[in-house]
Amino acid sequence: MKFGILVNEGPYTHQASDTAYHFVKAALDEGHQIYRVFFYHDGVNNGTRLATPPQDDRHIPNRWSELAKEYKLDLVLCVAAAQRRGMVDPDEMKRNQKDAHNIADNFRISGLGQLIEAGIQSDRLITFGD
Amino acid sequence: MEEQAESGIVKKFLYVNRRAPHGSIYAHEALEVVLIAAAFEQDVTLAFIDDGVYQLKKNQDTADINTKNFSKIYSALEGYDVEKIFVEKESLDERGLKEDDLSVDVEIISSNDMKKLITASEVIFNF
Repeated sequence: MKFGILVNEGPYTHQASDTAYHFVKAALDEGHQIYRVFFYHDGVNNGTRLATPPQDDRHIPNRWSELAKEYKLDLVLCVAAAQRRGMVDPDEMKRNQKDAHNIADNFRISGLGQLIEAGIQSDRLITFGD
Repeated sequence: MEEQAESGIVKKFLYVNRRAPHGSIYAHEALEVVLIAAAFEQDVTLAFIDDGVYQLKKNQDTADINTKNFSKIYSALEGYDVEKIFVEKESLDERGLKEDDLSVDVEIISSNDMKKLITASEVIFNF
């Protein structure tokens, strides 16, 4: 089955991102496809490469980056939500004249249309959040 | 900025709005999804349940909390071909609200019919 994934909450505060990660991993292990993982609301904070969690804890952003590398996952941060919350890739840095970017490897920033498209193209769209 | 998906697939999209309009960003960002989605020419329905019914309340004024008053956008949704708006009767009753208190034309349905609407939908966003 082809799944679209929507993550609506940030890392660590809320379990949504953890559960989404475990779901995606389990689905891939079972041979299912992940069409796209879309991060919205505070979910965009999962895409920071500047997080430094304690060493004995999981590294949520890195975990997503590594899974995306292994399975060529499409991890998309919503541009409007990202702009509000200061998630920036090199293009957005230039466009909005910021002095830094902070997006982790294998994430990209794009529009909400990518979420709608995931809804259209996937067999199931699954939301992780309250 | 947004490219339109020209897949030819039309699905039943349902946006379930469950939260108060202010206090968290969910209602506001849900509306942003609805507006962008309009370009994709899908079969769109909006549902309002629980505290979400407050999103449609008339005469909202956010001046004193210094947040954006996005409530006027609901009455503009018709221009985006969003014409099916359902509100759960029980949620209105529990909050002492009547159809007259709402800023847009809606269809008020029972909790049971809301359940059927959700079951009949294909892509459900839950904000």
